[in-house]
Amino acid sequence: MSIENETGTESISAATDAGTPPEHSAAAADHGPAEAVHRAAEPAHGTAQPGSDYRSREQQVLDRIEKARARKPKIKEERVTSAHGAGGKASQTLTEALFLEELRNPQLEKLEDGAEFAVDGSRLAMTTDSFVVSPLFFPGGDIGELAVNGTVNDLAVSGATPLHLSAGFIVEEGFPISELRRVVRSMAEAAERAGVRVVTGDTKVVQKGKADGCYINTTGVGVRRTAHELGIETVRPGDAVLVSGPVGDHGVTVMLERGELDIDADLESDTAPLHDMVAGLLEATPGVRAMRDATRGGVATILNEVATAANVSVVVEEGEVPVRTEVRGASELLGIDPLYVACEGRMVAIVDGDSVDTALAAMRGHPHGSDAAVIGRIGEDPPGLVMLNTAFGGTRIVDLLVGDPLPRIC
Amino acid sequence: MKFVDEYRDADKARALSAKITELCEPGRQYKFMEVCGGHTHTIYKHGLEDYLPENISLIHGPGCPVCVIPMGRVDDSIHIARQPGVLMTSFGDMMRVPGSNGSFFDSNAEGTNIRMVYSPLDALKLARQNPEQHVVFMAIGFETTAPSTAMTLLRARSEGLANFSVFCNHVTVIPAIKAILDSPDLRLDGFIGPGHVSTVIGCKPYEFIARDYRKPLVVAGFEPLDILQSIYMLMLQLAENRSEVENQYSRVVPWNGNEVALDAINRTMELRPYFEWRGLGFISNSATRLREEFADFDAERRFELPGVRVADPKACQCGEVLKGVLKPWECKVFGTACTPETPIGTCMVSPEGACAAYYNFGRFSRERVKEASK
Repeated sequence: MSIENETGTESISAATDAGTPPEHSAAAADHGPAEAVHRAAEPAHGTAQPGSDYRSREQQVLDRIEKARARKPKIKEERVTSAHGAGGKASQTLTEALFLEELRNPQLEKLEDGAEFAVDGSRLAMTTDSFVVSPLFFPGGDIGELAVNGTVNDLAVSGATPLHLSAGFIVEEGFPISELRRVVRSMAEAAERAGVRVVTGDTKVVQKGKADGCYINTTGVGVRRTAHELGIETVRPGDAVLVSGPVGDHGVTVMLERGELDIDADLESDTAPLHDMVAGLLEATPGVRAMRDATRGGVATILNEVATAANVSVVVEEGEVPVRTEVRGASELLGIDPLYVACEGRMVAIVDGDSVDTALAAMRGHPHGSDAAVIGRIGEDPPGLVMLNTAFGGTRIVDLLVGDPLPRIC
Repeated sequence: MKFVDEYRDADKARALSAKITELCEPGRQYKFMEVCGGHTHTIYKHGLEDYLPENISLIHGPGCPVCVIPMGRVDDSIHIARQPGVLMTSFGDMMRVPGSNGSFFDSNAEGTNIRMVYSPLDALKLARQNPEQHVVFMAIGFETTAPSTAMTLLRARSEGLANFSVFCNHVTVIPAIKAILDSPDLRLDGFIGPGHVSTVIGCKPYEFIARDYRKPLVVAGFEPLDILQSIYMLMLQLAENRSEVENQYSRVVPWNGNEVALDAINRTMELRPYFEWRGLGFISNSATRLREEFADFDAERRFELPGVRVADPKACQCGEVLKGVLKPWECKVFGTACTPETPIGTCMVSPEGACAAYYNFGRFSRERVKEASK
């Protein structure tokens, strides 16, 4: 391995015993003089001239970009594209520039995982989520279990105890009753585990070909029993960033289960209800500032939301982020970053710097958080950016995702 | 993770970084071009520039297969996809590349069926599964991906598939490097040679660069230590007044390339007299098309293509970025009018594009971050 050899010259001399190249190959042909048509190129101004002037010009461009990014989002597309459903930048734009614009009210404006409101002195939380995962059944779970856990988790990370769910089904004509029963039975079991009841529901059947098997929407209502004021806008420099376990298991599992990639790995979805672990965490420390379950868009998307909402920087240590070898391997092959891959039973918690140890112990004390880790900290500068100190020893930013690397994961 | 972590070892990186710094002549500026977009991606993804002294700069080259596809070819693909019964396929990176009337994604929103595949063999599978449809694979890429297109064509012919064709856009790397060497805009000190292309073509085709242009070239692997080591090897050549082709990626790249792969390309494809590269214009002998024997599988012959040459948007300076004349942020529309969400130029689309890599990974002030982490 040439890398072991620090100068790298030995491995080279071994490889330089050249023979003759294959002749008449289209790829390796002896090319005539290339006639590049140079466009009216501007003079080669300033390329890569280190120096303070050059640096300050770069900084001006960076500042201009930040200004452009801070502008009110606008939908430029004429039609909905798959990117609008991917949880990244386009989803955010659609939510803010269309849904929020048309439906604006103080609760919705917060754009949290769940909305909070008071009814006769009780603080209630409400959330909704739709599930279109393909395939419907995958190692470690299915769409029914996902539909319960997803909504339970949205309530849990809002600081609420989940109570009641609704379930809406959109089923394609021709879908086997046996599979529908399997899905609903799995919902019942998941609801039992999460201590919630499905108290109302609805079914619609659409023509064959107008849906893909079965889609589920669940809405959940919970009650806020703790006094914690949670919200990503409350995050402060000096806080710590925790995740409750290895990231990306669910997304990669579903992707591999589709069989399009011919990669096999011993992986299971991480789908799980987090309400119990959250309750333990909130009981252990008053230092929790915000929680989010890392679904579509993954941990990276959450951290970007935090950086923007609180106007802080987030600094993540790549080496501290728990990722299973199988997930890393598949991600390397597919050219995706596990930080963006969906989980269905993992959460990100931002806690006060003084509460890190208590919070970590509380999460690790729960079976769903046994591999919890502190992955980063909140800083001041540069505000609005998520920075990653790579395991290699460099620094880069972690931006909102554009486009959808793994469609229909949940 | 084995075969990955050992190439991302921070201690080894520090040691190499120190040796590179030692080799720098005081007051001299060094410019190396990494030809391949995969290298650009690695450099930004791992923050490799943090290990380089200020007087070494990396110039991002034209080796991003998606970046060099001109608008007209995107339009042609969408034209094919609009024909009745056509199921179009391409690599995922192509989906967001803007044509003159939008990208594949936009086209799908208007009713075409353009799907992403991970391999041309997946497109072949789709053809077998959907005999009532005609499946077209839009082939892109340098010599790295050309063999898999070639193997797919050979298989399609042996299976006698009648509902499959290839829209060939494969390009070759040597003419692009030559165009850059002949360009008056840029003075380079050496090249980080493309690793994956070289697994196919080997190292010999680069020899003219060392011999005729007196520039060192080191074929490099794709892990960050590979690239750092290659920079060290380039610096060593310069310090010793050598200009040679060296192979840092010998664990994968055979000096003579892969004869089986070259043979497959050669059996199915031939050089086009010229091909348009986005931003670079027409370059002679720089791309391949299907041979006459594969006419039945040639989408360009099966479908009547508009074949219109569409000029790049005026504001777009992809050409200068692809040639390494401009750093991404020096482009007039970088990051404001042209972003990954609404790209004007291709360099902002592909994860291998210099603009996308800089925007997604490198868009911050190193000074400020260093200051903040004190």
